[in-house]
Amino acid sequence: MISLKNLMNEIHQKAEKEAENNAEETSRRAFVKGSAAAVALAPGMMLFAYGSKEAAARPLAEAASDKTRWGLLIDAAKFNDEDVDRCVRACQKENGWQDNGRPKTDAQWIRRVNLHNKKTKESFSLPMMCQHCDEPPCVDVCPTGASMKRKDGIVLVDKHICIGCRYCMMACPYKARSFVHEHLEDQKDYAPRGIGTVESCTMCVHRVDDGRQPACVEAAPPGAMVFGDLNEPTSKLAQLVRTVATQQVRADLNLDPGVRYRNI
Amino acid sequence: MKTVFNLKKHLVALFAVLLLGTGLQLTIDPAGAQPAWMPSPPKALPGTKCDADPKWMRTWHMRKLDHKRDQTVRDGIRTKKFSLKRCITCHAVKDESGKFLTVKDERHFCRSCHDYTAVRIDCFDCHASRPDSKKGQGAMLKNNPHDKTGRSSSLKPGDKTVASLQKYLAGETK
Repeated sequence: MISLKNLMNEIHQKAEKEAENNAEETSRRAFVKGSAAAVALAPGMMLFAYGSKEAAARPLAEAASDKTRWGLLIDAAKFNDEDVDRCVRACQKENGWQDNGRPKTDAQWIRRVNLHNKKTKESFSLPMMCQHCDEPPCVDVCPTGASMKRKDGIVLVDKHICIGCRYCMMACPYKARSFVHEHLEDQKDYAPRGIGTVESCTMCVHRVDDGRQPACVEAAPPGAMVFGDLNEPTSKLAQLVRTVATQQVRADLNLDPGVRYRNI
Repeated sequence: MKTVFNLKKHLVALFAVLLLGTGLQLTIDPAGAQPAWMPSPPKALPGTKCDADPKWMRTWHMRKLDHKRDQTVRDGIRTKKFSLKRCITCHAVKDESGKFLTVKDERHFCRSCHDYTAVRIDCFDCHASRPDSKKGQGAMLKNNPHDKTGRSSSLKPGDKTVASLQKYLAGETK
């Protein structure tokens, strides 16, 4: 007679073995999606030119690594109000949040900030969202570890363990986080969000992991937002921050945001 | 106050329990139909294979889901195996009009057992409880050739008639 314990063990082992077999699920996405072209400059020297998709997708089974530091460069001079609003709408559509006409409680992953210089009368606007700090205060204050920074620099809320205390919202100097007050249904399957948890810009982490660009970057005017790996010297972003004057918002706080701005 | 063991009272209680048990036994149809209080989870999409032995999944699915969620959110490991999204794709149930049911409907796959066991899950506070209607596939509640119990076409909201927990508990899925 087979004891229940043995039976359970057997089933368990079988399932584990099956899991191992399927681990070589090699449905790996193309290393670089989009058009890639290589030009030989000289013997042994190649110039690789990528299409608009600079970010290379990691294999599905590979964890995010600290060799990468995702960042954004936003050129305020290339934005007018409508451009910023287009980015906001793109984010809403991508991640499934919306303006319900209740500004006190509505989610805001990205918003338009209008700046006005009283003396010179100069006015301009820019998109503002989670700045993906290297030393995020929201992570420091979180009592459960839900507020977290992924190894590649993307700051996220692990909603599975978020208790909705909203300390992170208090701690964030950029007011980047929102609290979900209402019951939601039919969320995007790649962007789960729900009542009682805090949320913010995820830098479109599902797209980044897929080798694509964040939705706002795609919606922005050409060259107004550059997304890429700050740690990769050949990336367009790294080249730009090396050669042009950029600044971090509230750099005095020493949070080292991954989002940088130009012309502010 | 001192509690006194009342043998007579206990015997009466025991008898009542036995009687109740017999009563329940009697509700099982000799022809093999299942008692109404047992859950009857809808079959998965025909032609699909579960990520682990269904028998094992029935007991331990929550472990895999927990493990997978941490991997995905915290490390960005996005393999499909044991992901909730994948579970929902195969286990989605359609209503008579061909629309996917949400977890609000008691015919939803997860609810069929979770209602029975009174285990509240909050997965669907955040996650969509049905596949994207454009992309997703689901088991048809009506005329599902995979469903050999043949009871699903007559299952209506509020209908507590269920068929197969006994087999389910015994680990028979076919």
